[in-house]
Amino acid sequence: MNTTWSRFNIASIVLGFAFLYLPIVLLVVFSFNESKLVTVWSGFSTKWYGELFRNQGLIDAAWVTARVAFISASFATVLGTLAALALTRYTRFRGRMLFSGMVFAPLVMPEVITGLSLLLLFVAIGLDRGFLTVTLAHITFSMCFVAVVVQSRLITFDRSLEEAAMDLGATPVKTFFAITLPVILPAIVSGWMLAFTLSLDDLVIASFASGPGATTLPMKIYSQVRLGVTPEINAACTILIAIVAVGVLIASVVNKSREVQRQRDEQAAQRT
Amino acid sequence: MKSLGSIRRSFAPWADPAAKPYISFENITKRFGDFTAVNNLSLDIYEREFFALLGASGCGKSTLLRMLAGFEEPTSGRILLDGQDLRGIPPYRRPVNMMFQSYALFPHMSVEQNIAFGLKQDGMPKAQIAERVAEMLKLVKLEQFARRKPHQLSGGQRQRVALARSVAKRPKVLLLDEPLGALDKKLREETQFELMDLQQNLGLTFVVVTHDQEEAMTMADRIAILDKGEVMQVATPAEIYEAPASRFVAGFVGTVNLLEGRVMSRDGATLRIKGASGAEILVENAPDSVSSGEVAFAIRPEKIKVSPRQPAEGTPNVMAGEIFDLAYLGDMTVYHVRLADGQVVKASALNSARVSEDQLTWNDRAFVSFAPDAGVVLTR
Repeated sequence: MNTTWSRFNIASIVLGFAFLYLPIVLLVVFSFNESKLVTVWSGFSTKWYGELFRNQGLIDAAWVTARVAFISASFATVLGTLAALALTRYTRFRGRMLFSGMVFAPLVMPEVITGLSLLLLFVAIGLDRGFLTVTLAHITFSMCFVAVVVQSRLITFDRSLEEAAMDLGATPVKTFFAITLPVILPAIVSGWMLAFTLSLDDLVIASFASGPGATTLPMKIYSQVRLGVTPEINAACTILIAIVAVGVLIASVVNKSREVQRQRDEQAAQRT
Repeated sequence: MKSLGSIRRSFAPWADPAAKPYISFENITKRFGDFTAVNNLSLDIYEREFFALLGASGCGKSTLLRMLAGFEEPTSGRILLDGQDLRGIPPYRRPVNMMFQSYALFPHMSVEQNIAFGLKQDGMPKAQIAERVAEMLKLVKLEQFARRKPHQLSGGQRQRVALARSVAKRPKVLLLDEPLGALDKKLREETQFELMDLQQNLGLTFVVVTHDQEEAMTMADRIAILDKGEVMQVATPAEIYEAPASRFVAGFVGTVNLLEGRVMSRDGATLRIKGASGAEILVENAPDSVSSGEVAFAIRPEKIKVSPRQPAEGTPNVMAGEIFDLAYLGDMTVYHVRLADGQVVKASALNSARVSEDQLTWNDRAFVSFAPDAGVVLTR
């Protein structure tokens, strides 16, 4: 394999990364700006972070977002997993194609339409818009993502594991909780994490489904930016980026070390 | 027909008309959509028998095993286990356990947890479970691997865990689906004998599915040869090999030469067959049912003698030909001899002497001969 770096390779990598990360780097840098003017650098300071923690509006919004994300991700995971099980297991039921099409349609549905239709529904049934409606909306659109993640794991799941469990005397329900669930758990967890992040950074659907008193962080940031970008928002965004980056980093490190450990185990097993 | 009783083992409940079968497949048919996997099949298996279902892939042998385990229900017919009709009984209530081809070890459980799983489902007390698990680990010689996860084991060790898990509950019947399929050749041979010992020691009934005839021949008391969902023959390994019931069975197990011909005359048990080439075949052990018509004479390669010199005048069953191909395998040599009519006969000779005086080589003229009782006459 050719491991030397040609100039072309270097140039394309630099360009690609610049394209992806320059805006983010700018945002992080200006969050430490002394000046109130976002685009003029006047010296290093962390005062905007202090300001941020005194901004009750932003903190309230962050708290709402976290609760919405947690609750909606949890419900979406249960519903999505059940949908995935139904789709992979009961391959012969009537209307399966229609059902699978309908489960996955929200993946490609424009968010505006999802949001608008939810809004119409909530109005029609007279549900007051607020925390509950945002959560319901987030469950609706993120459960299909969970279904996709869990289904792809279930397709490679060795059914003979379940047969073995039943053969050894476990009832179907027992088999599901003792065998199926633990084996597909990593996929369910990553489905939950996907749903959580989707809910965390959703703006469009939340704007339709939310009402007074349930402003999520993306909504808050967006509305503040319309009045002018403040370094405070930069600081809030930097913290969000840091949280997401740390999460991704931990997930990949854990995954990687697990993988390495598994390979080492397997090699060790071959030798004995 | 000469009795093959002398090479049978003393265990032969199937030969005893008073013996009751332990497992009975009665007119079993299984269809998947338009495909008929098992077609009106009946089969009896006796207690403590090591029974092999042998056939090519798609012959219905795995389906038969899965119906016994309860993963599939027969379309029609019934299965009896110790007199009990199994219809409608779910897998988790059947007194049979299965060892899966893929082993199906639970990846998130250690070796001992895997073995204990079935015992836990029965609600066995903890102390007793620990005792049984220890006993099983000892049985398969995996004591020091109790805490390992399946992915930390080699293929052979995994196979033994699967085996220990499936016998831990002391099932009435153990079903084995290609139990040695994933092992390499050397390990497979060792494991064959371990399985036989285990079956003897535990006194269980084993039903094994395999496509490997050598495996079936080595391990089984009786073999059922299946083809297209039907039983071709059920017999001991020796009977299957020495007295196949049909051209299919003869060709399926081991190597065989089929000489087609027509019955000329019958005198007692002696039959004269006119071969397609015009050569006359004399058979001494002809079955009573055959006295005319088209037949095939089936003879195994090792029962054919190849010689460079013409045997004495009056010797029956001599055919002239030339060496078309030969393979020296060390312990024996395989000759392909082309007869006058173009048919190629396979013969194998044990190399009992280090240097043979009359070595045959390619294109040599040679004579093949065989005793009048060396083969069997087949009508099917």
